[in-house]
Amino acid sequence: MPDVRLRTYIMHVEDLPGVLNRVTSLFRRRGYNIESLTVGRTEVAGVSRMTIVMEADDDAARRIEANLYKLVNMLRVEDTTSRPCVTRELALIKVRADNANRAHVLQLAEVFRARAIDVAPEALIFEITGPRDKIDGLAEVLAAYGIVEMVRTGAVAMLRSAEAAVEQPQITNAA
Amino acid sequence: MSSQRTGAQILWEALHREGVEVVFGYPGGAIMPAYDALLESPIRHVLVRHEQGAAHMADGYARTSGKVGVAVATSGPGATNLVTGIATAMLDSVPIVCITGQVGSRFLGSDAFQETDITGVTLPITKHNYLVTRAGDIAKTIREAFYVARSGRPGPVLVDITKDAQQAHVTPEWSDEPVRMRGYRPEHRAGAEDLARAAEMIDRAKRPVVLAGHGIVKANATGLLHELVEKTDMPVASTLLGLGGFPATHRLSLGMMGMHGEAWVNHAIQESDLLLALGMRFDDRVTGTLETFAVNAQKIHCELDPAEINKNVRADVALVGDVKETLAALLPLVGERERRAWIDRITELKGDSAVRDIQRMPHRGALFAAHVMHDLWRITEGRALVVTDVGQHQMWEAQYYKHDHPRKLVTSGGLGTMGFALPAALGAKLASPGDEVWVIAGDGGFQMTACELATVAQEGIKLNIAIINNGYLGMVRQWQEFFYDGRYSATPLKSPDFVKLAEAHGLFGLRVTRREEVEPAISRARGTAGTVLIDFRVEQEDAVYPMVPAGAALHDMIRRPSPIVETATDVEWAGFAPAHGRDE
Repeated sequence: MPDVRLRTYIMHVEDLPGVLNRVTSLFRRRGYNIESLTVGRTEVAGVSRMTIVMEADDDAARRIEANLYKLVNMLRVEDTTSRPCVTRELALIKVRADNANRAHVLQLAEVFRARAIDVAPEALIFEITGPRDKIDGLAEVLAAYGIVEMVRTGAVAMLRSAEAAVEQPQITNAA
Repeated sequence: MSSQRTGAQILWEALHREGVEVVFGYPGGAIMPAYDALLESPIRHVLVRHEQGAAHMADGYARTSGKVGVAVATSGPGATNLVTGIATAMLDSVPIVCITGQVGSRFLGSDAFQETDITGVTLPITKHNYLVTRAGDIAKTIREAFYVARSGRPGPVLVDITKDAQQAHVTPEWSDEPVRMRGYRPEHRAGAEDLARAAEMIDRAKRPVVLAGHGIVKANATGLLHELVEKTDMPVASTLLGLGGFPATHRLSLGMMGMHGEAWVNHAIQESDLLLALGMRFDDRVTGTLETFAVNAQKIHCELDPAEINKNVRADVALVGDVKETLAALLPLVGERERRAWIDRITELKGDSAVRDIQRMPHRGALFAAHVMHDLWRITEGRALVVTDVGQHQMWEAQYYKHDHPRKLVTSGGLGTMGFALPAALGAKLASPGDEVWVIAGDGGFQMTACELATVAQEGIKLNIAIINNGYLGMVRQWQEFFYDGRYSATPLKSPDFVKLAEAHGLFGLRVTRREEVEPAISRARGTAGTVLIDFRVEQEDAVYPMVPAGAALHDMIRRPSPIVETATDVEWAGFAPAHGRDE
């Protein structure tokens, strides 16, 4: 599969019970592996927004989109992979640090623009926001000191420019 | 107060407004309010013996009529018993609506008596489903459910209604406005540029083959397909579910393609330079291994569901939209052609196939399933509505009963559901009472839903039932013979006396063991007012030929050996396999 890569989808769905389940069930049933998934409210009442990151080749990506559109509660799907967009993820990382090396660890984190949000005698918690590779980078650097635990939100994405990912939903009339 | 109605009353009124005349169901605790209100509804209710039967009946009704079929069940086991029937409808894109009762809304999630999360269970096997907890939502939900079921690529929709929603009184709000759903856009139309490209490819092709699928039948596009191939002189191969979508006796009809398609059909596809796929989805049973499938052919894929494009076979041109509309748009764009050389080549490909055909074999008294199918076709002049089960008999029917008209073959293709035939036939007969309906089932599959004989008897429905009885789970036995070194694991089958079984239900039964008895038996069944069951004791170890083994190339077929070997005689039909079987 030459064109397999991570892809980011923005989806707008009706905010109804069970819709998240319908989306994840589709991915599971078709055998697609979700890298990350976030869901939350939008500026429009009754509409939720999901960002899903997953690995797929071009063909699979197109079929995923077509399959997502078959979900009755799906309003719009946008594959942002090859379009200009900003993608951000938030992570909390708890790392071992004591009096001997705390200053050094803080300095390193500073390079990544991570903020220390909790200081304990033997550990620090950093908060970092950024694209995925930036967070990977910090985690890699901190690993040498011992990461106690880490939590990541998964990516959220938004297209650049004034364009909105969701256009006015079309209304379909019964035949 | 007088304008107020219960949710249950609203349910039946909503179904009535959708044009529902008959539903198939089974009562139980959580659906009792609906069953009480049923007594005041003009809708006919058929009491099944198992809810799976209800779903298959709704399915058979829908496939035959083109309308939406309806099944009703209670919560818990009633609902889960529908599952096989729902999955069957899903894989063959059949519009049915299943109504299930659910425990009261305040008990939801508490593991209450007969509670099952049926919307969760059926999520991957329905086109969409609903949980309704308020009486005021019932009318709107039923309208949406019918719209979703029948529009776009059709499919099953389940509506789960809590008991309190059935009981509550509200003033119903009826709407005659078109259904509006924010996110549901089922309609697509092929683009003008793609149509022009497709037409150009058809004009240029030297060895084109049309692959006609279920979509032709569903879209009622038979007439347009006829016009197109007459104009362009293109031969037509059919999928199993596409049979009848193009007249089998037409000079350009090749017959069924795929795993048990005739050899020349598969060879023609493999030699083609253009495939025009109409309303079919390149299922693995019709393509053989994909790497070797029609490698020299360009592919035009006309399909309603965009998710099917490039799923299995890469399309050079995709025409996404209703097949009938697509054909109507394509027809004026293509030029008239005569393709004698190609047609002659296909005739040549038929080669010795006809000689290998069992119909040409010397008649020594033994009864082969093919004889039954062929005689049935001949006697009914190809006009019967045939409902088959799943297995060897299904393939023999497809090979030997030539369907010239759409919606005259009802069979479970995608899911391959044994037990489908008898209940589906009951639904089909109610959808088309004027049709002569024949159930064709194996001795195995028939027993899976044989309880519905009681439903047939209670409802006074006239069916003709042909059991192709070979004392084995025949298709699995065939695979064991071909691919498992003849080790017959769990395939010999001891069945009840089917004639007595029919009689126990107050129906007429008879047994046929010799070829010369076939015609009188069929005639007797046709001439009898009530349901007749015929137990055809056929050759026990016959196999369906030709066969493309799973995972092999489409042209790589196992052919019928010549001369054929008869393993049983008309005199001693063993009835239970070990008597003549493999125990050394």
